[in-house]
Amino acid sequence: MTTLLTQNPLRDPQDRRLPHIAGPCGLVIFGVTGDLSRKKLMPAVYDLANRGLLPPSFALVGFARRDWANQDFAQVVYEAVKEHARTPFRDEVWKQLAEGFRFVPGDFDDDAAFEALRTTIEELDKERGTGGNHAFYLAVPPKFFPEVLQQLKKHGLTQPVDASQDMGAVTPWRRVVIEKPFGHDLASARELNQIVGEVFPPWSVFRIDHYLGKETVQNILALRFANEMFEPIWNRGYVDHVQITMAEDIGIGGRAGYYDGIGAARDVIQNHLIQLLALTTMEEPVSFDARDLRTEKLKVLSAVRLPSDLATGTARGQYSAGWQGGIYVPGYLQEEGIPATSRTDTFAAVKLDVDTRRWAGVPFYLRAGKRLGRRVTEVAVVFQRAPHLPFAATATEELGQNALVIRIQPDEGVTVRFGSKVPGSALEVRDVTMDFAYGKAFTESSPEAYERLILDVLLGDPPLFPHHEEVERSWEILDPIEDFWAAGGAPDPYPAGSWGPLSADAMLAMDGRAWRRP
Amino acid sequence: MEASVIITLTDTSAGKVLAALMEARRRAGNPAMGMVLTLVVVTDEDGYESALLAAGEAAREHPCRILVLIASPRGDTPRLDADVSIGADEGPAETIVLRLTGPLAGHADSVVVPLLVSDAPVVVWWPGEAPLRPHDDAVGAMAQRRITDTAGQAVGYQPNQPPGTPNEPRSVLIAHADSYAPGDTDLAWTRLTPWRSLLAAALDSPHPPIVGAAVEAEPGNPSAALLAAWLSWRLHVPVHEGESSGPGITGASLQTEDGEIAISRPDGVLAKLSVPGRPERSVALKRRELAELVAEELRRLDPDEIYAETLEQLAGGALGLSGRGKNPPAATAAAGAGS
Repeated sequence: MTTLLTQNPLRDPQDRRLPHIAGPCGLVIFGVTGDLSRKKLMPAVYDLANRGLLPPSFALVGFARRDWANQDFAQVVYEAVKEHARTPFRDEVWKQLAEGFRFVPGDFDDDAAFEALRTTIEELDKERGTGGNHAFYLAVPPKFFPEVLQQLKKHGLTQPVDASQDMGAVTPWRRVVIEKPFGHDLASARELNQIVGEVFPPWSVFRIDHYLGKETVQNILALRFANEMFEPIWNRGYVDHVQITMAEDIGIGGRAGYYDGIGAARDVIQNHLIQLLALTTMEEPVSFDARDLRTEKLKVLSAVRLPSDLATGTARGQYSAGWQGGIYVPGYLQEEGIPATSRTDTFAAVKLDVDTRRWAGVPFYLRAGKRLGRRVTEVAVVFQRAPHLPFAATATEELGQNALVIRIQPDEGVTVRFGSKVPGSALEVRDVTMDFAYGKAFTESSPEAYERLILDVLLGDPPLFPHHEEVERSWEILDPIEDFWAAGGAPDPYPAGSWGPLSADAMLAMDGRAWRRP
Repeated sequence: MEASVIITLTDTSAGKVLAALMEARRRAGNPAMGMVLTLVVVTDEDGYESALLAAGEAAREHPCRILVLIASPRGDTPRLDADVSIGADEGPAETIVLRLTGPLAGHADSVVVPLLVSDAPVVVWWPGEAPLRPHDDAVGAMAQRRITDTAGQAVGYQPNQPPGTPNEPRSVLIAHADSYAPGDTDLAWTRLTPWRSLLAAALDSPHPPIVGAAVEAEPGNPSAALLAAWLSWRLHVPVHEGESSGPGITGASLQTEDGEIAISRPDGVLAKLSVPGRPERSVALKRRELAELVAEELRRLDPDEIYAETLEQLAGGALGLSGRGKNPPAATAAAGAGS
């Protein structure tokens, strides 16, 4: 055989029109019948193909307990794509993709099924040219992770068979993708990490936090570190406090089995809000490499301190029946599958301090909940009042505090709130807002979080999503709060469609502050 | 989205147009629109509707102010007419169609200056006829990016025409090479991106040395000439240019010591990729709409050095895209003459 060249003469760093297309590879999805697969993964795969970012040899293998043939699976993907894909449906793209669809029926404890999976993958390497490169996406509840991982190991799926089969000298890869939750406390997170670590090396494990896609993280980094006008005031000298909110208008839907006993703090604060806190408070990383970024995030997370009195520094709630957005919805305890005695928090608020020179004395208020007023995720940096107001007191009665709000969802963008004179002969200053949106349809054509995540996995790009150290550090922050709550009584009720229980308002009122209405 | 606001102004001035735009915004309740650039489209009455449609589509990705300039130098009286519309269905764009008549046609820049979005980049796009030296053009000189379309300029070209006639694609490309200034770009080049991506991806994994290459397209396809020039520059191998009946580019291949890496796309939609030692696979490679091409151009506003170098290579001349070929394609439309 001829000597192979590894340099690609057609690539040039200057040539930025050319996207990075994943090399030959396949994606195996476990839990292919679930909502995540149908609403997110399958459409994301199609959208990636439509943008020309998947290799022609790409293969998609479904694994589930269904008596399906390949074409039944293709039909399921087709319907999911038709309904949920963000880019227009194109026959030629569908043709390219559909040739690589395979389905393997079976249970997770079924050895024969995993053998069949291995055969399928080997056939794909031959028929389709996937080159032995496969990623396993565990879109299943976390309780199945150990079993699936062990089965993958047992049936030799975690190691490519024979590197020399590939046309190049490159070693084929195997990767695994796991979705949050990464455990439900520090101990279980460590256990999960150990189980995964036994089967896959750390660089082959992709932990996915879809809510904080790479795009969002990079948007925040660009805002903070590509500009000169924000960073000088991004500290205790100017910032009064920060509010980080993730509100959902929906209830628990069909997720009773997962949600009950987990609650809002574990479901959302531990990962999304603490990640947002880290991105907002960290120092400038020396580079935007995943590693340098992680170093800074870990550093600032290690400086996070809990309030000394958890009774007043935290709040939790549970939604009761109420009118939300014009619809009467049941309370949490009336939801199907929820025991009437459940003490699960559907709303959680926490006050945190960041003990660094930059942030000393600046409280960070985090809140997350279901069945709140509307769906919104945002980071609001609220500034101190001007030290002196050279106006008559009546002129500034309606002037609030300046704020810079990083809107994450929906309508990603930035809002700045500042005081402005009200037109007219009287001098009166009132709050106004200035909005920047990443663009209405700009968001339509920018890749969705799952697209970037899947592409990163296939390209082997070091992920910006959490490393197990960050996951563990977040649990260290949250565990004492959960323990405290477990020892206390029931969460405070709040009517669906409101902004949470009164105790959450009291938590800020104690500091002389109030929650923003997002 | 709120209903669109359209204001028609006849025999007007740029100042009044700007005032009308502000008024339209105010009425739509949207005083600040977050425009990221001004896109100036220089066209004529025949071409303006399709160009406006494409620009509006592209504005979905890049919220921008679109200025459409239609100049008709006939007549002695200078006159400016304008249609201002915002919040229309075509996306988050503000569109101003400006008709310049008589002596004013030669002073389009004076109309454009007051209407540019402050402090934002300017892009000029000539969907059809373009000035010989876009960078020296009064409107072109204001822009960071100047988009021409050789396929649009070559309308009416017949492959049996003698070489060197002004609308012959190769002459047009050589003229572009001659007048190139940083920021120039051409949609014939944009049309190649999917082909170039696929070819580059084929060489991402270790591969045998490349000993030759070939491009096959309908006669007189400017994108094919650019693709051949690019391959010959990057790979330092002879590139054979073959002819087919189209549409656009129908094939590209790289000869390696172990066989041929080939992409063939006979129908302009779905291609076949074959790589030695690998099964043949289908690849979606549909010829893209004008709007997608313009959107790609607006994505990066810095000079495209790779395009510049490719043009240079083409003009340097080892390659031929002359009026050979015997089967002229049936009436090729401007937008369809691409890759």
